[in-house]
Amino acid sequence: MDNMLSILVFFPAIAGLLGFVVNKESARAYGITVAAIEFILSIWLWFSFDTSNAGMQFVEMIPLIPDFGIGYYLGVDGISLFIIIMATLMTLIGMISMSITENIKNMIITLLFLEMTMVGVFVSLDAILFYVFWELSLVPMLYIIGAWGGPLRIYASVKFFLYTFMGSLIMLVGMLFVAYVYHNLTGVWSFAITDWYTLVLPVDYQLWLFAAFFVGFAIKVPMFPFHTWLPYAHGQAPTIGSVILAAVLLKMGTYGFVRFSLPMFPDASVLAITPIAIIAIIMIIYTAMVAYAQKDIKQVIAYSSVSHMGIIMLGIFAMNAEGIGGSVFQMLSHGIVSGALFMLVGMIYDRRHTKMMDEFGGLASVMPKYAVIFGIMLMASVGLPLTIGFVGEFLVLLGFYEISPIMTILAGTSIIIGAIYMLALYKKTFFGPVTNEANKVLKDLNATETWSLIPLVAIVIWLGVYPKPVLGPIDNSVKAMLAFMDEKAITVEAKDIIRTAKTKIIIEEVK
Amino acid sequence: MLQPINVSMESLNLITLAPMLIAIAGGLIILVLDLINDKLHRSMYVMLTLLVLFVDFGAVLGLNVNERGFFDVMLIDGISIIAQLLIIIGSMIFTPLALTSKRFHEYSYPEFFAMFLFMVAGFQFMVTSDNLILIFVGIETASLALYTLIALHNRSNSYEAAVKYFTMGALAAAFYAMGSAALYALTGSVELYKIAEVMASRLGETSIMITIFGASMLLLVAFAFKLSLFPFHTWAPDVYEGASAPLAGYMSIVPKIAAIVVTIRIFGMYIDLGVEWVRVILLAVAVITMTFANIMALVQDDVKRMLAYSSISHAGFVVAALALSTTEGTTGIFLYYALFMFTNLGAFSMLWISRHKNRRFDKRYDHPYEKFAGFIKIMPVGAVIMAIFMLSLAGVPPFSLFWGKIYIMQAAVNSGYVWLAVVMGLNAAIAAYYYLKLIVYMFLMDPVKDVDTVYYNLSKPLMAVIGMATVVTIAAVFYVQPLVSYLYYMISASGY
Repeated sequence: MDNMLSILVFFPAIAGLLGFVVNKESARAYGITVAAIEFILSIWLWFSFDTSNAGMQFVEMIPLIPDFGIGYYLGVDGISLFIIIMATLMTLIGMISMSITENIKNMIITLLFLEMTMVGVFVSLDAILFYVFWELSLVPMLYIIGAWGGPLRIYASVKFFLYTFMGSLIMLVGMLFVAYVYHNLTGVWSFAITDWYTLVLPVDYQLWLFAAFFVGFAIKVPMFPFHTWLPYAHGQAPTIGSVILAAVLLKMGTYGFVRFSLPMFPDASVLAITPIAIIAIIMIIYTAMVAYAQKDIKQVIAYSSVSHMGIIMLGIFAMNAEGIGGSVFQMLSHGIVSGALFMLVGMIYDRRHTKMMDEFGGLASVMPKYAVIFGIMLMASVGLPLTIGFVGEFLVLLGFYEISPIMTILAGTSIIIGAIYMLALYKKTFFGPVTNEANKVLKDLNATETWSLIPLVAIVIWLGVYPKPVLGPIDNSVKAMLAFMDEKAITVEAKDIIRTAKTKIIIEEVK
Repeated sequence: MLQPINVSMESLNLITLAPMLIAIAGGLIILVLDLINDKLHRSMYVMLTLLVLFVDFGAVLGLNVNERGFFDVMLIDGISIIAQLLIIIGSMIFTPLALTSKRFHEYSYPEFFAMFLFMVAGFQFMVTSDNLILIFVGIETASLALYTLIALHNRSNSYEAAVKYFTMGALAAAFYAMGSAALYALTGSVELYKIAEVMASRLGETSIMITIFGASMLLLVAFAFKLSLFPFHTWAPDVYEGASAPLAGYMSIVPKIAAIVVTIRIFGMYIDLGVEWVRVILLAVAVITMTFANIMALVQDDVKRMLAYSSISHAGFVVAALALSTTEGTTGIFLYYALFMFTNLGAFSMLWISRHKNRRFDKRYDHPYEKFAGFIKIMPVGAVIMAIFMLSLAGVPPFSLFWGKIYIMQAAVNSGYVWLAVVMGLNAAIAAYYYLKLIVYMFLMDPVKDVDTVYYNLSKPLMAVIGMATVVTIAAVFYVQPLVSYLYYMISASGY
């Protein structure tokens, strides 16, 4: 099927439109069915995906505004494939486990539109189309946080919207400038990313453009010091909002770096390694410490989420296959693990209407199933070997070791600090005697909750033990991208860094 | 003895006058009808006006590009044709808004429609001439009719608005007259193309430059009034507030299209002559206008006043495109207005359907934000449509204004003004806040009171207009391409 991606993008949107007609009581079942079909479609995409091909597949191209060079240009490669599957999976599971009953129909419709924008961002190969989906994704999220959130929800949602909107407008100017340069060199207007890849830009242009794109992506990731919107958004968002935000929306930022910044501005990216690594390490250590200081379970997970995004950033700027591949893998693992953790927090919040750690204690004896699943997810988040979290984190650190051993060691402390705050949280919440009377009668997970979490647990362990089916295609595309970056880089330093990374890989392959 | 003057009909090329004559004849017919039978219903006048505009539209489409006529004072170039088309389309969207379910005073007078058509003719004169005197006549015809239309909305603050607008307009007209007089004194001509020729030959002389500076300052002040540019924008929010919602929406578009065309003709000429400081001043004015208006819009309590400030900010945006003085920039202006027209008139129509005879929510304002609190629960479709208009105004893709915004930003980048594009981007981010404020009220808050009467003034024709505006706003991506290529072709054909 050649137009598979279009179906994948617009199926949830059309379902969302039709959803206006669906009766309120059936809205939830409708939403879950649609999300399930969408998930099956994305799995089908994986099966029909040619894993040996590193380039773009399922490409669709329809010129929309040829005078501007804007087209409807879709495609998927190893890097985006699994993020798409993760996005559809998390939407499905988030919807199944959703406990919201108020205005459920609006929520389902909003989620379906959000799903369209999420898939759209990851399959767009046209910068303007990418921008369209990128910006559109803000609107449903604004509504989700603002309508179903906590007491400060309006502040949080508007802050979320404005922060990201401002950043992306700077990025838009960057995009327009690239198009302008492309037009100057070739005489043709084009916003197609694949066309832009062929541009060899002078280093000063690259630096400016890198900065412009950086603002857009960094706010989304969110990188220190632009991360302040995230704790608010997570703190106020309903569970489903946090799940989607952490699992998918944040990945748009890191995906943007991989899709735009690195291949388009290889020299600037190499020059930016040190500053970005420093920010990433600050992000990793500082937010981990902040996480330790939190009293609210959800805030701990929110800050740990920022901390893990630091690891992903570090891996992307390792400029080698281990680092970038590890980062992409870490995006998936972070999506699944933090999504699951937010769902778990949501479940306890539904029961007790509080997320404060000191309200709990000894939950392991009252809610054993809950404690086990929470424990597994927590270990995965810390990066315990044989869980999904380990693979990505290990590869990232391995990759970045080539660049700077010292920074890698500093970043590696994240595993230790992460273990400290996560285990502290686990101890305070689950172990010890049940001190609070209200906790003694808590019900363990019900069937829906259990079955929405079990697939995630299965994935966490499966990909922790045997990551190859996913890592293989990612690695393929990442290597192709690196080879291409090396070809394109104009400064010697950039070529050196990218090439040493490549020879390493070749040596390993020979071994 | 004086020789009798012989003018052949062919050399007059009267067809160039046809569109305006149609509008004027239409107005006269309405007046005559009223004379014969004064019991006719407003719906008849509305449809008649629409028909006249329709014929007018056809007449404009039939014009050939780059013709002169009527003693060479009429200039039919690409800009004048597309500006006339936009003016007529804007007027056609405006007219059916008279058919509200509640009866509002002004629309029961046939004079309203006659005056409206005279005004359209005035705007058409403004854009189809490069003769400073005819432009002046056009400005005055249109403005005088517009003042009266505002005052016809029978409210004390409408009178205030009309008088305010009239005073400011008179001042602007005086500045315009003085500016053109200075130009005439300098060059001995009132035809812009002749003025350009004379000035080109004398650019080096310092004394000339000082006089040009004086003349262009006077003209700039005149058009800053008309386009509501900082610091001459202060009338706009009050006038918009006093005028009825559709008329306010209309004023934010059609008079500005007419004024911007004249501004392009005059200041585009300066910039093309290489008078660089005109560009600098225009850019400065544009940047201050959009930023300042955006900041003022942030603190408004009334949606209509917020939209008024937002219109000022959009005008600043467009003037920035004008200052680029490239074909792309000029295309951007018209593309922007073509898209802005539907979105903004749609937004003002949404205010119009929620208009009550008396103020139920606030003593001071007709449309406080509280009125729209919880709109999603009262009227879900209305809330979604209003939200789409707001997102479009904020420049969120894929809604229509986004395409106008990126086109102008691209034009700025192409002419080397990357900083301008960045300023535009940041301004869009500021603007997003106040548009979002309305969305927040509509979607995230609970209704205040009198929930059942928010969409009090709704009727089928209004629904049709709003529905059309919504479709045009959403489906922009599918028609931007033909629209841009048409505009670009027309503008490059007329040498801008």
